[in-house]
Amino acid sequence: MFMRKSLIAVVPLALTLGAMMAKAADRPGLGKPVTEADLTLWDISIGPNGVGLPPGSGTPAQGAVVFAEKCEICHGKEGKGGASAALAGPERNIANYVPYATTVFDFTRRAMPWQQPKSLTNDEVYAVTAYILALNKIIGDNDVMNAETLPKVKMPNRDGFVSLYPDKH
Amino acid sequence: MPVRREESMGNRKYRRGDSPPQVAGNGLIDRRALLGRGALIAGAIGTGVTTSLNGAAAEPLPVDPWSMEIGTAIPPYGQPATYEKYVVRTLTNPKNEPRTSQARTPHQFLNGTITPNGLHFVVSRTGFPDIDPDKHRLVIHGLVKQPMVFTLDALARYPMVSRIYFVECGGNSAPLYNKDPVQANVQAIHGLVSCSEWTGVRLSTLLEETGIDPKAKWLLAEGADGPSMNRSIPMTKALDDAMIALYQNGERIAPSNGYPMRMLVPGYEGNMNVKWLHRIKLIEEPVEAINETMQYTYRVAGPKIWQFFFPMEVKSFITHPSPGLTLKEPGLYEIAGLAYSGNGRILKVMVSADGGESWGEAALDEPISSKALTRFRMPWRWDGQPVVLQSRAWDEAGNWQPTRDEMFAVRGAPKVNVPVTAFPMGHMNVITSWGIDNKGEVKHVYA
Repeated sequence: MFMRKSLIAVVPLALTLGAMMAKAADRPGLGKPVTEADLTLWDISIGPNGVGLPPGSGTPAQGAVVFAEKCEICHGKEGKGGASAALAGPERNIANYVPYATTVFDFTRRAMPWQQPKSLTNDEVYAVTAYILALNKIIGDNDVMNAETLPKVKMPNRDGFVSLYPDKH
Repeated sequence: MPVRREESMGNRKYRRGDSPPQVAGNGLIDRRALLGRGALIAGAIGTGVTTSLNGAAAEPLPVDPWSMEIGTAIPPYGQPATYEKYVVRTLTNPKNEPRTSQARTPHQFLNGTITPNGLHFVVSRTGFPDIDPDKHRLVIHGLVKQPMVFTLDALARYPMVSRIYFVECGGNSAPLYNKDPVQANVQAIHGLVSCSEWTGVRLSTLLEETGIDPKAKWLLAEGADGPSMNRSIPMTKALDDAMIALYQNGERIAPSNGYPMRMLVPGYEGNMNVKWLHRIKLIEEPVEAINETMQYTYRVAGPKIWQFFFPMEVKSFITHPSPGLTLKEPGLYEIAGLAYSGNGRILKVMVSADGGESWGEAALDEPISSKALTRFRMPWRWDGQPVVLQSRAWDEAGNWQPTRDEMFAVRGAPKVNVPVTAFPMGHMNVITSWGIDNKGEVKHVYA
């Protein structure tokens, strides 16, 4: 009876321990912990609410200078299109296909100019963003874009999007 | 093999040597004829084609020169036969000029379901990056309990899975959205879908290690390429079947398909399967990336722009015959094609040779995998008269491939013609029709 009783007591404990150890052993645990501070150069994503926008600022006039030098070759004069997409064209343009102004900053900073992505300073990215928004008559010619003003820009088609599969997110 | 007097064909029976039963107009033959291929097909074509060798042979067959010499040294990495040089991707931007590049898979020259790595389709904003695998890192951060960085060496020690999945560009088959049928081949129309066996680590395995803040509803996946291509992916998908893929058809992922690692979100539109993956950030709301606002969104039915189209809907198309593959003479052929769905397995494929008047069910090659290309086949006797071939697929989730009229009732019909490389519409999965004239030439038609 003693043997039997002790077996009953021991087996579940052994199973539990075994399961726990197996679970720990299933995970190689080779991920190296990092902090968000380690990732400041990597984390370039900007939320639609402006979280992640860096310091700096720019105006449409300043942006026009950068655009003529580095962007016009592909996007055409005043963003009317060339080898690459129009930025102020008649149909698929910033005004009707971008619900948040932060997207313009984010994409310009991560991907443009085509030949040298990530080469623009933050001031230049703010300025080019301001220029493109002004071309589309979304902001005024003298408006300054920075981390505070950019997320407040109301894109004209903000409410014009519908998620096709709302049940999947 | 014992000769059977009769082949059972379900509830039909016919004698060996008779023509197999026609199941639909213009010569479509019961797919079950494929099961007894040896006897039935031989019987079916016996009267026509097999006479030439016997009849014309005044001389015995010569011994070919390659049978009388030594072969070429075996190379360390094999290449296709030199005679197959034409089996290549078509490129829209071979000089890597400042615009997007597309490379399309030549489905008209392939058979089976797996795409060779060198022929897998590519859409890229700036070519492909030259990534040193020893220096590449994958970071997972944001709304996690512990942000972590993984090297390729580290990931190699995690439990892996191998799964066969197609990847399809959201813009594949866009040329079907033209006012008139574009005269192009299957590669130009449907070449932005490919299928591989992908091997890698489940994303959920890594997220178990970092922990998940319950506030996380989406994740941002970002590539290490020049433009840092990025896309928002729902956490529900991340925890379902998403994978960090490291191998493609047994070898490391091809450079233009994401070497050394890519996100794999099976069945979801191609650009969400972020290549050259180096960062995953768990977030509350989608980032509204360029590829989910300016690109891969469509103004179709109603005033709103459709955004976050995730799964690629059920589709099929005939690869054999197809434009460029001219039928040389009347007789027995196999109609073959590809079917797939981002919502699961293919349930059935129907084929028509009379422009949709009558349909016969095609045979499906096993295994039929979820979210993978499935090969369908249909025996067919062409009588030399003009025909219109079509295929139509159904998936296990209850979806079917729409006719042009069915889709355009929702989205509106195309009013103009655009260049074949343009993308006038996304997620085009309507029925494709190939018209064959009495010379055997195949053309894209609407039917």
